[in-house]
Amino acid sequence: MSASNLPDRRVGGLVPALLLVLALGWLALVIGAPLATVLAEAFSKGMGTFLATFHEPDALAAIRLTLLVAAVAVPLNAAFGLAAAWSIAKFEFRGRSLLLTLIDLPLSLSPVVSGLVWVLLFGARGWFGPWLEGAGIRVIFAVPGIVLGTILVTVPLIARELIPLMAEQGTDEELAATTLGAGGWTVFRRVTLPNVRWALLHGVLLCNARAMGEFGAVSVVSGHIRGLTDTLPLHVEALYNDYDFVGAFAAATLLAGLAVVTLVAKTVLERAMPMAIR
Amino acid sequence: MAAPSTASISRPDVVALAAPGVSIGLAPRRRPWREPSALPGFAGALGFTLLYAGLIILLPLAALAARPWEHGPLGVVDAILKPRTLAALRLSFGAALLAAVVNVGMGLLIAWVLGRYRFPGRRVADALVDLPFALPTAVAGIALATLYGPSGWIGAGLARLGVKVAYTPTGVFVALLAVGLPFVVRAVQPVLDDLDASLEEAAQTLGAGPVQAFFRVILPALAPALVTGFALAFARGAGEYGSVIFIAGNMPGVSEIAPLVIVTRLEQYDYAGAASVGLAMLGLSLLALVAVNAVQVALSRRGGR
Repeated sequence: MSASNLPDRRVGGLVPALLLVLALGWLALVIGAPLATVLAEAFSKGMGTFLATFHEPDALAAIRLTLLVAAVAVPLNAAFGLAAAWSIAKFEFRGRSLLLTLIDLPLSLSPVVSGLVWVLLFGARGWFGPWLEGAGIRVIFAVPGIVLGTILVTVPLIARELIPLMAEQGTDEELAATTLGAGGWTVFRRVTLPNVRWALLHGVLLCNARAMGEFGAVSVVSGHIRGLTDTLPLHVEALYNDYDFVGAFAAATLLAGLAVVTLVAKTVLERAMPMAIR
Repeated sequence: MAAPSTASISRPDVVALAAPGVSIGLAPRRRPWREPSALPGFAGALGFTLLYAGLIILLPLAALAARPWEHGPLGVVDAILKPRTLAALRLSFGAALLAAVVNVGMGLLIAWVLGRYRFPGRRVADALVDLPFALPTAVAGIALATLYGPSGWIGAGLARLGVKVAYTPTGVFVALLAVGLPFVVRAVQPVLDDLDASLEEAAQTLGAGPVQAFFRVILPALAPALVTGFALAFARGAGEYGSVIFIAGNMPGVSEIAPLVIVTRLEQYDYAGAASVGLAMLGLSLLALVAVNAVQVALSRRGGR
């Protein structure tokens, strides 16, 4: 252990030991116990029952839909994050802080409200609902609605990673490249993108985890049609409400695994490039 | 202003105005809406940003703001003041408030232990803090409902003591303890890490005990971060759906949360009613944000003296 200027670095003495036990006990109770419950319930009837969950066509359809939704929502939000950060962090214009506030606003929305707003627009009695129905386009209770709900919930995540970092990096390098004759795209690809790539990856990771796991917004717009509009989290709910607890927790294990992988990747990323992210 | 190289390229007007004596003689010019820059790509990037934010954020929010008023202002008041809606709002925001208060205490403790002590498994514990960020809410929801249910590991023990958590308002509070914890820990951690150890040592040299040093030196320095963490945990908790819905019991007027009222109204095709509750939730959240900002300003004034 390296020498430190703090007197109480190592756990010694009664009070620090008590604090340590209390903190770790709380973490185990509040976060560890639910995670352990997922695994214990999923495997409570053995490996065979666990695996059987994933042979159901509905489960496979839910996995496919979840992957599809994330594959649309995450790249769109990444493109938005890059464009927003480029304009907000590299240029000065009036209304910048207003735009920043607007980008942050979805964080204050309940996920259910993030679903509700799309029903208000595109539902059967929504502003554009009757018109869409006439055109034969389904948004609500269909995949487009699920994608829109997911995008709204996750839209600030990548932008918020990139904007502070790109603002801190300033415009010197980009201006130098421009002076040397590089065009806009070249500057972006060769100068800006490499400078923010770790933060971008970090944001994409979080955005993806949230997109694949989104429940509230998606449950409002999905319509819960099994095999068609149930994402994996909705499939978990459906199984749970059918009292198929092993099935629900087996499907949940997949999502919990995604969360754990995300956390490990995030930790590795943060340790590899601490300067780029913090 | 000593003009650095970028300023001379991107803001020639500012440099000219900053030259001594010149600015006074110049007629006041209207500030352009954007500062000139030699960097390309502004129009395209901003255009895409505005289009996307307009379609994905602004348009839906406009619908949320406009739709409640279909039956006049009285309709909105009526929809929000229904006893069932009021009870649900009280439960969602009350449980979120209580949970955020507990989370400030426990989050501070966990940030402290993770930052100040070295022990085996510290990195795992640190990573575990973020789990509620990454774990899908429905997964947390069914896990908590099982854990605290009548035959769950914790629920069975509590039942013997005569305490019921699952399917009661207490269940909502318990679920929100997990939801809000990472917000507080992650808000406090960087400030605690940056806190100058010499301050504590100085306090102790001057005769303060560890407890006194904590309350007089460390806690005031952490206060803004704690307030931020509290606000984030509260805002997230008040709107939370997935983690809560399975454990809440969902009995109207008793253990029904506000987002569920929205879902119920939508199922009855009562768009105006659903939007009213949604707007009320957003309004309350923004109000809380404003209050928290006021507290932050007050704290920074006191800190700056």
